[in-house]
Amino acid sequence: MPGGYAGKFLDVDLSREKVKDTVIDDETLEAYFGGRGLGAKIIWDRIGKKWSKIDGLDPDNIFMALTGPMTGIYPGGRICCTGKSPVSNGTVGSTASTEFAPELKMAGYDGVLVTGKASSPVYILVTDDGGEIRDASHIWGKVGEETIKILNKEVVDSLTEKKPNIGRWREPGTIYIGPAGENMVRNAAVMSKICHAAGYGGYGAVMGSKNLKAIAAKGRGSLPEVFAPEAVKLLWKKVHERSISRDAFRRMGTGYAGWSVGANTSSEPVRNWQEEWHDERSMGGPMFETRYWVKKYWADFNCTVSCMKISCIKSGKWKGDITDMPDYELEAYCGTNFGIFDAGDTIHMSAVIDNLGHSGINGPNTMAFAAELYQRGILKEEDFGFKIEWGDAEAFTKLAWLIAKREKIGDILAEGTYRAAKKIGEMRGVDCMPYAVHVKGIEIGAHGTRSDEDYTHDISYAASVQGGDHTSTASDGFREMTGAVFSDSGVYCNFCSAPTELIFDYAKAITGYHMSIDSWRRWNGPRIITLQRALVLLGGPDVTWEPIKDDDNPPRFYEPLPSGPHKGRTTDRALVESKRATYYETLGWDQRGIPTKETLNRLDLGDVEPSMKKLRK
Amino acid sequence: MATRTDEYKNSGDKMSDPIWIVRDYERCTGCQRCELACSIHHDGWMWPEASRVRVFMPFPGVEVPHLCAQCDDYPCVESCPVDALSVDEKTTAVIVDREACTSCGLCIKACPGDVPTLHPGDNKANICDLCDGDPECVKVCHEAKYDALRLVHESMSKNRKLFARDPIDVAKDIAVKLFGEKGEEVI
Repeated sequence: MPGGYAGKFLDVDLSREKVKDTVIDDETLEAYFGGRGLGAKIIWDRIGKKWSKIDGLDPDNIFMALTGPMTGIYPGGRICCTGKSPVSNGTVGSTASTEFAPELKMAGYDGVLVTGKASSPVYILVTDDGGEIRDASHIWGKVGEETIKILNKEVVDSLTEKKPNIGRWREPGTIYIGPAGENMVRNAAVMSKICHAAGYGGYGAVMGSKNLKAIAAKGRGSLPEVFAPEAVKLLWKKVHERSISRDAFRRMGTGYAGWSVGANTSSEPVRNWQEEWHDERSMGGPMFETRYWVKKYWADFNCTVSCMKISCIKSGKWKGDITDMPDYELEAYCGTNFGIFDAGDTIHMSAVIDNLGHSGINGPNTMAFAAELYQRGILKEEDFGFKIEWGDAEAFTKLAWLIAKREKIGDILAEGTYRAAKKIGEMRGVDCMPYAVHVKGIEIGAHGTRSDEDYTHDISYAASVQGGDHTSTASDGFREMTGAVFSDSGVYCNFCSAPTELIFDYAKAITGYHMSIDSWRRWNGPRIITLQRALVLLGGPDVTWEPIKDDDNPPRFYEPLPSGPHKGRTTDRALVESKRATYYETLGWDQRGIPTKETLNRLDLGDVEPSMKKLRK
Repeated sequence: MATRTDEYKNSGDKMSDPIWIVRDYERCTGCQRCELACSIHHDGWMWPEASRVRVFMPFPGVEVPHLCAQCDDYPCVESCPVDALSVDEKTTAVIVDREACTSCGLCIKACPGDVPTLHPGDNKANICDLCDGDPECVKVCHEAKYDALRLVHESMSKNRKLFARDPIDVAKDIAVKLFGEKGEEVI
């Protein structure tokens, strides 16, 4: 067996209440690596034939929590949540930092595959003794903080009861959903550690659709053996040395960007992206750090970047709220995009969103979309039961709950921005799409393209197989294959990154594969992306994307910026079209972005050809 | 050179360089690199549950590095029915004779802080041996500029035993310090 893998996957059928171990052959592992890549392959093999008939929230969909060979061994261990996305109707590799990932490997599993639907709420416990389905009715409905508190105690108690003599048991690593996921808010997140989320793709809703509240893992084994342990130990030190030298990023994380992305690069969402510039120093890092950061260096397993910081509000009306910094994405989406320019209010909104298990980018995107419809008179006070004005943290708090519980207009907004725009448009006879900021249903991360000053440009989202996902954007169809496509499949944190050569040396030392940067840019990466492209084009059953037309930025991204130093600039449509064409050509897709027969054969994806043939007509 | 507790107590000036690991809980980020370094040193590979220092995390943000406090009266050493535990003269660390250990677990019960474990590999008593005076956990923690674990050259003191506490009790205190009144509810 290649190094870095625990060697088996836990296959759970919740409908039949069956748990078994599954082994995936070495060839498949080498071709798809792990996480995002392997997830796309598994879901294609298992439900590909009836892809367009299965909704992401059907019991037949498979929820997957996958590690990769790098997880835990390379700095910054993450878990990749995947399956058929109920948002993009394709597949998204959605990752979150959590001890759940290394714990799973130390318990002897590379991943958990969950199909079916439990008759009542359950959680899955994975230990060295295997997997176990357990009752979760007592934690169903509980917010994040409560869920962690109860599960940590309960799991430790039962492990202690089982093996009382080996010493004190530690807490398990856990991924879970909040009320949003339980109620199948389509873009809900899979959560961990109160504020870490696998947000893109709506996999929290997938867990909810299966009555699956959480998966906890506790292993007493070592991390899996590797191909060249001495080399790995050296590289481990080397990558950490690099991380440790990044003083400014370690100190600030992304928590200082709440001001600078607006003020410097004019690419921060403000009031549902009506603007992307602001100069509100009240959203600057020091306003968070000096008032609210109670732990200034917080890290996940095997990470020395510690870009995370913990915030707590100790007095005033939001007393007791705990969250991370918040990071830049939530400073934007739970702050400026709500018209909120106050650090305390932003922390409060982040805590609410995280506790409810909304995805911190996607849920608030829908909320701001609703607020703009209210601003324009398309939605009214009676739709919500309250007024929703920009900057009103109390109103946005109520809205977060309304959506999580699917009450009133919240029931429609719980379908995510794109689907809600369609429904409300039909209801009110007004086109709401100009206000829906998404690509292929995936609400866009907090980096605009109009100023062209940020790292996101013309086709970053438009051509991406993961739509609005800011963590995995499209660039040239070549270099990006060793970026997020690789890290999401090896499953480690992008922020623990190192020069590509060093990462590949590390990966080779772990796995023993004959792999190279070149082989990933020419074969493995394109194989994963092409399969993901095929799946998102197949789509269905409720939504099917039209090639080219839907491979585009949202209308708002073509409006001129209304304010700031880059006023008047907007995304260059001609550039989008030409770069998109080049992107498709590079990957061996036809002019509409449908993978050609030759490309599919070259990438060993011949079995995808029949379904692509139909699309080409 | 390891001797039994009473010999150690009578050793007087033979105690050349007693060291101790200070734990500054609030500085711990929860990265668990101390565990990785410990297990790489003792077991040859990354194995957090085999580590002699383990970070408890009963609530996010509340991280408690948990390791031997080297109590002045060494209740674990005293409790061992087969004399498998002894005190290192030089460092004052508890040394386990893995051949002699019968995995009875009495040392775990004797420890006021619930610190020792049975090693997940050989099932023998697993206690911090201070890496013979140069602890790996301290090195990686310092390298990362966290210094949640620091080495001090400090002679035996009754105070050490005050650190031999249940990790969850410690966590409850830290939670209040970090989160104020809210901290009383989270664990």
